[in-house]
Amino acid sequence: MKRGNSFTRREGVIFDIGGEGRKGYALPDLDVPPCDWYREGAEPFRDDIDGFPRVSEAEVVRHFTRLSKMNYGIDDGLYPLGSCSMKYNPKINEELARDERFCGVHPLQPESTVQGCLQLQWELEEFLKEITGLAGFTLQPAAGAQGELTGLLIIRALQRQRGDNRPVVLIPDSAHGTNPASVRLSGYRAEEIPSDAKGCIDLERLRRRMDRDVAALMLTNPNTLGIFEEQIEAICQVVHEKGGLVYCDGANLNALVGVARPGDMGIDLLHVNLHKTFSTPHGGGGPGAGPLGVVEELLPFLPFPRVIRDGERYLWEENRPNAVGRVHGFFGNFGILLRAYAYILSNGPAGLRAVAEGAVLNANYLRALLEKDFHIPYEARSLHEVVFSDQKQESAGVRTIDIAKRLMDHGFHPPTIYFPLIVRGAMMVEPTETETIQELDAFAAALQLIAAEVRESPELVRTAPHTTPVGRLDEVAAARHPIFRWRGPE
Amino acid sequence: MNPESFRYSKEHEWINGEGELRTLGITDHAQAELGDIVFVELPKEGDHLKAMQPFGTVESVKAVSELFSPVAGEVVEVNRDLEEHPERINEDPYGKGWLLRIRVADARSIEPLMTEAEYRKYIQDSSR
Amino acid sequence: MAYVPIGDPDRKRMLRAIGLERVEDLFSTIPEKYRLRQPLNLPSPHAEPELRRRLGDLARKNTATTGMSCFLGAGAYRHHIPAVVSHLLSRSEFYSSYTPYQPEISQGTLQAIFEYQTMICQLTGMEVANASLYDGASALAETILLCRRLRKGNRVLLADSIHPHYRQVAETYCQNLDVELVTIPHGESGRIDRKILADRLRKGAAAVIVQSPNFFGVVEDLKELAGSIHGAGALFSVAITDPICLGILVPPGEAGADCVFGEAQAFGGELMFGGPYLGFLATREGFVRQMPGRLVGLTKDNEGNPGYVLTLATREQHIRRAKATSNICTNQGLCALGAAVFLSSLGRRGLREMALQNLHKAHYARKTLAAIDGCSIPFGAEIFNEFVLQLPADAQVVADRLEGRGIIPGLPLGRFFPDLRNSLLVCVTEVTRRQEIDALAGALREVI
Repeated sequence: MKRGNSFTRREGVIFDIGGEGRKGYALPDLDVPPCDWYREGAEPFRDDIDGFPRVSEAEVVRHFTRLSKMNYGIDDGLYPLGSCSMKYNPKINEELARDERFCGVHPLQPESTVQGCLQLQWELEEFLKEITGLAGFTLQPAAGAQGELTGLLIIRALQRQRGDNRPVVLIPDSAHGTNPASVRLSGYRAEEIPSDAKGCIDLERLRRRMDRDVAALMLTNPNTLGIFEEQIEAICQVVHEKGGLVYCDGANLNALVGVARPGDMGIDLLHVNLHKTFSTPHGGGGPGAGPLGVVEELLPFLPFPRVIRDGERYLWEENRPNAVGRVHGFFGNFGILLRAYAYILSNGPAGLRAVAEGAVLNANYLRALLEKDFHIPYEARSLHEVVFSDQKQESAGVRTIDIAKRLMDHGFHPPTIYFPLIVRGAMMVEPTETETIQELDAFAAALQLIAAEVRESPELVRTAPHTTPVGRLDEVAAARHPIFRWRGPE
Repeated sequence: MNPESFRYSKEHEWINGEGELRTLGITDHAQAELGDIVFVELPKEGDHLKAMQPFGTVESVKAVSELFSPVAGEVVEVNRDLEEHPERINEDPYGKGWLLRIRVADARSIEPLMTEAEYRKYIQDSSR
Repeated sequence: MAYVPIGDPDRKRMLRAIGLERVEDLFSTIPEKYRLRQPLNLPSPHAEPELRRRLGDLARKNTATTGMSCFLGAGAYRHHIPAVVSHLLSRSEFYSSYTPYQPEISQGTLQAIFEYQTMICQLTGMEVANASLYDGASALAETILLCRRLRKGNRVLLADSIHPHYRQVAETYCQNLDVELVTIPHGESGRIDRKILADRLRKGAAAVIVQSPNFFGVVEDLKELAGSIHGAGALFSVAITDPICLGILVPPGEAGADCVFGEAQAFGGELMFGGPYLGFLATREGFVRQMPGRLVGLTKDNEGNPGYVLTLATREQHIRRAKATSNICTNQGLCALGAAVFLSSLGRRGLREMALQNLHKAHYARKTLAAIDGCSIPFGAEIFNEFVLQLPADAQVVADRLEGRGIIPGLPLGRFFPDLRNSLLVCVTEVTRRQEIDALAGALREVI
């Protein structure tokens, strides 16, 4: 086994390549007389930018091209991160977003010059309403977590208007970490409710706990185990009866799109991760978009401004006296909204249903292929993702982290690991609908091979990965003595 | 493994010493469960600890655990060495990896804590 | 079925392996009554040519800034973007990857972000920068909360010359938290009113936050402010909406700032109708454990080779949950990578040259427009690439008149500052040509 190859050779930092006298840009000459204020080195002007790059254009291109080759993207293959819906990113959407009449539009231009942008947002909101069964959306949140915050602020605003001060939001123990973090940021206290033996919300415990101090229940459906909350009707009823609201984290909407609508099930608020269900690229961490939808009663609280339509014209509605405020510096991640809009149009109604069907079919197929070799802690039927654990490998001294790293040697990105927290050694696999049966077979074969390796040569797995550009990295040293910026070679 | 003269809490802290000045740390079992410790957050000298209340945190790369004081008392000394070398807790939890020296508010409050034998049994029972 | 590569034979084989007969059976856990019986009411599928046409029709209803003479800034800036930026961002190894939780196959993203963090530190004079926040507005909110964690006391003083949208977002974030936001007005010069600031500081504050260059384009005297703010025991944070200025201005960190944050769309980001943009936040190393957002750190692999990882993740929501320093998860990673490419291309000389062109051209425009009869410059303090121009009439009315001539003369300020109803915020960057400035002057003369 060989680490990397000539095309993934180690690449120095940009600060260490290049040299004096090189430049990677050209600007036209200054066409106005210089101003009197500027005097080099005098307050408040700096002399130089210490350590800053000095590279030619070709060096920039080679540097970042080499870096890109040390990355695994969805175009390289299956990317089975659970609850992330890493699906193929259609190329046409990238091209459409580069149209200068979108990307060259300033957010503060007069309305008459941005009718296309406004119409796109208005129509996208209509699409999302239809897909989710909710009454209205704000497109401002830049990510799911910002959608969560917006939703919780809306719940707070409604209850304040009712003169009803409730301090607690209930969250299942299988929830994403953003849920409790958003709850705290919105001024509530997060309280966990344990899952039952099936991995779902324990309805009896919810019933016992639900009271007039609980503002809302925040759930994910299907939940992070990939299991649909079958009792959703009763759950919503229990919460509503005591005057609470039900917030749904839409991270797993990919399992439902075109098949069922959260708004029909009693959900009051839901954010949608456009970078998951609606195929916009994840960008190595972002940007995404987390539009938030709400039921009729909550519409007045949606942030300002909102796009409204007046005949053939689209306008900004700024004056929204009950709004929770503004959540984005401008109007949200428009470039992402545009891609999601195009994706919905490409698919159409039947196509969107095929997305959920394909996602669930692929996940269940993988489950069928792998359930012999890997333990499944919760037996209920999977929707779009399935959670395994390392229980069968534990006795050989091999843990989830090792299996994940070894998958890289077999050419695949690992699944989400150690989440949800209620599963010890969790491996959360979400293949999405854009994978072929051949890719799924190859992935399952790789995992089966690893299961065999665990039995026969566990050390090989424990020390993986062996073929990546770098070996297993020392995260302990990184955290004990952190280095956050380049300060020259040691 | 565990020092026999020490007393132990259910939150896996130990306390040791004579008279009103005592030393406090986390047990070998606790450090092993946490894995490589990368950071410790401790109170300041002069702070007052309440029994069974959190007074700080220990962190590994992927987990944060709260530290609970087994007894009430005033912090007299903090192990500054841990700022640079949190790994001391992994290497020597009962020696160089100590956390605090405290002036115990009431010496009798130590009595109900577990003895070494009791703690060993407690770990065995809870891992079952 | 646009992007679902599952044919009938595949489906049959898979269902057989699963032990089910129909795809419908896969959804048996969803109660019957919630399963849609009819297709969604959405437009029928658009093939690529139809999609292009439909988006093209929408695009035609917009006018890009390149199709006009546009003097808008106010948090979104037109700058030259070297072609290499979009070229490199188009590499799907970058854009189609997830958050680099598995460092061994994410070194590209991680190293690029590490380089971005380094460049933000070099520019701001700070010791640690995070891997990005959503935008300048949420960066203000996060900075307020960061300062709040670092200092006792719940009062945070904000200059009224911080971008009004940012202040609105900060208010949204803080509405249910124990944070009291106090606004400090600007004085005659356009800078923060030092007397009122001193007075408010006497009542105690956890932090003071100013923007420089501020919303009026005015450069604040950061050194002086740092002295008095630190003297009162408060933290000093500085917002920047167009960090191109850092090519020539003294880094706020050197002037004494504890946090420097803002909007870095100017670093290679498209205008894109307001997003995705790039929130940045930099601070002192001693504050890093209270910092929001991801951080990339340098470490070694098991063979001793250098490599990069996400680090200090115990601050973040996926580990610390309700006690996390922020709820942020998805950030603006690709925009940060774009900024790293942009800054590498311009480099030491280019960023300085670009900043100087902004400075000179904006001063030229200020002088030219101020010479128009009835126009004046209400704020005397020095500016970088934006300035306030006072007109003899309602600025919105004047702007509306110029719209027909293909000129957007700037942002009428009345909607944010009622007493500046007759004023425009004018932005001039290196892409603004002298002819455009002269033409704006000519047109203004005609309409006022």
